[in-house]
Amino acid sequence: MSKLHVSTTVNGDSVEFLCDPRETLLDCLRDKLNLTGAKEGCGTGDCGACSVTVDGRLVCSCLMLGVEADGKDIATVEGMADGEELHPLQQKFIEYAALQCGICTPGVLVAAKALLEKNPNPTEEEARYWLAGNLCRCTGYDKIIRAVMDTAADMREAS
Amino acid sequence: MDYHSPASFTEASALAAATTGVTRFLAGGTDVLVQLRSEMVTPDLLIDIKKIDGVSDITRTGDGGWTLGVAVTGAEMSEHGELGREWPGIVEAMDLIGSTQIQGRATLTGNLCNGSPAADSVPAMIAAGVTVTVTGPDAERIVPVEDIPTGPGKTSLARGEVISAVNIPPRGQNGGDAYLRFIPRTEMDIAVVGCGVSLRLDGDNVTEARVSLGAVAPTVLLVEDCASAIIGTALDDAALDALAAAASAACNPIDDKRGTIAFRTEVAGVLARRAAKIAYARAKGEQA
Ligand SMILES: Cc1cc2nc3c(=O)[nH]c(=O)nc-3n(C[C@H](O)[C@H](O)[C@H](O)COP(=O)(O)OP(=O)(O)OC[C@H]3O[C@@H](n4cnc5c(N)ncnc54)[C@H](O)[C@@H]3O)c2cc1C
Ligand code: FES
Ligand code: FES
Repeated sequence: MSKLHVSTTVNGDSVEFLCDPRETLLDCLRDKLNLTGAKEGCGTGDCGACSVTVDGRLVCSCLMLGVEADGKDIATVEGMADGEELHPLQQKFIEYAALQCGICTPGVLVAAKALLEKNPNPTEEEARYWLAGNLCRCTGYDKIIRAVMDTAADMREAS
Repeated sequence: MDYHSPASFTEASALAAATTGVTRFLAGGTDVLVQLRSEMVTPDLLIDIKKIDGVSDITRTGDGGWTLGVAVTGAEMSEHGELGREWPGIVEAMDLIGSTQIQGRATLTGNLCNGSPAADSVPAMIAAGVTVTVTGPDAERIVPVEDIPTGPGKTSLARGEVISAVNIPPRGQNGGDAYLRFIPRTEMDIAVVGCGVSLRLDGDNVTEARVSLGAVAPTVLLVEDCASAIIGTALDDAALDALAAAASAACNPIDDKRGTIAFRTEVAGVLARRAAKIAYARAKGEQA
């Protein structure tokens, strides 16, 4: 099987890789680009641990092929902090202890960031529906939702 | 597995026609990738249709209807506004599919061609009278959505045929549509029963209706008896009872852990009644 050449942008950097057409974007991020923030929880689109954005759109990277990333703009959890400066959501997740094992956290953060970019003032119900595709087996969701709602309030005040 | 991303539907069709192996078209990939990963279906040939010009467009047609490109996602349909004001049932049905992440990728055409009897957008499209344009090696044809699925996982598309557009008719005056599904939870589940209704009124009376049921038979059904039960009525209690009875009578469901035969049959009637009331209120211009 000949490998296909893919050029794409990940967190603002141009990157290139060769991949088998069967490899998912998640495989390519983790195994070729060493970006292991996105996790494989299920591999079938159910858990959201692999969430990334593609041209600003939230998707499961386990349900997209690496070759489909060609020419796209990908953002992963690794691009959220600005150097040592954490994103407000990241700070708030620590403050609220909105994570335990942390497997779901990169996906939840990427998804929550996409929510607040689209809707800076979500209701709790909107936030819960938006994040319904991000499963967490540890926290019971409450701390996650409170952290997201509080970040939204802070970011509205700051802007 | 060979991967191609052709620049036209004619080329996509020619690629598919030229192989004898297992072929899949790649729209949002939310079914194709799951089947690939679980080794249920490993295509020999995967044809990505997303590089074809216009596949993400939502366009108003000359007669007041809509043409949707085959890569338009659920999220793009929900964000459109005007489409959802005219056809709320279609847009809501699509929006029920999966999570935010799935909405960013999933398409009407993929939902249809995956061939699941429980596919949420399909009853809504059938009720609305949606057709698809099919490009084949020799010719193009227009096919009503209800003629595409032939059984679980099976469609009437011949080798080399690819859907190149989704055609939504003009809504016109005094029309409304709705889609409801029953699932045991509020999100992220497969329909136990789904029901789409589209109708048109003259004053208080229903003059046109189409009713479609999902997940109660090997394919999504267009139920003529449901339509005749409400056409000519003002959707009074007797008409609603007749509608529910016709819906239940059309059911030929499976018995599984998600719902028994008796349950699915009963719920089909309940959902038909509720969806018809919503479509009726919408046709009257009321919020529902
Ligand atoms: C977590 C999760 C939740 C889900 N929840 C739901 C749900 O609630 N309700 C529901 O109905 N479905 C659900 N699905 C299934 C799936 O998301 C939908 O069926 C979706 O609409 C498929 O669209 P797609 O564009 O991703 O299709 P793809 O996976 O790209 O394609 C699906 C099939 O359609 C064929 N196809 C695609 N485009 C064309 C074309 N142009 N011409 C001919 N054939 C074509 C492909 O060959 C393939 O067989 C869910 C899936 C996941 C992973
Ligand atoms: S790993 Fe992608 S959704 Fe679970
Ligand atoms: S913190 Fe463990 S799964 Fe969410």
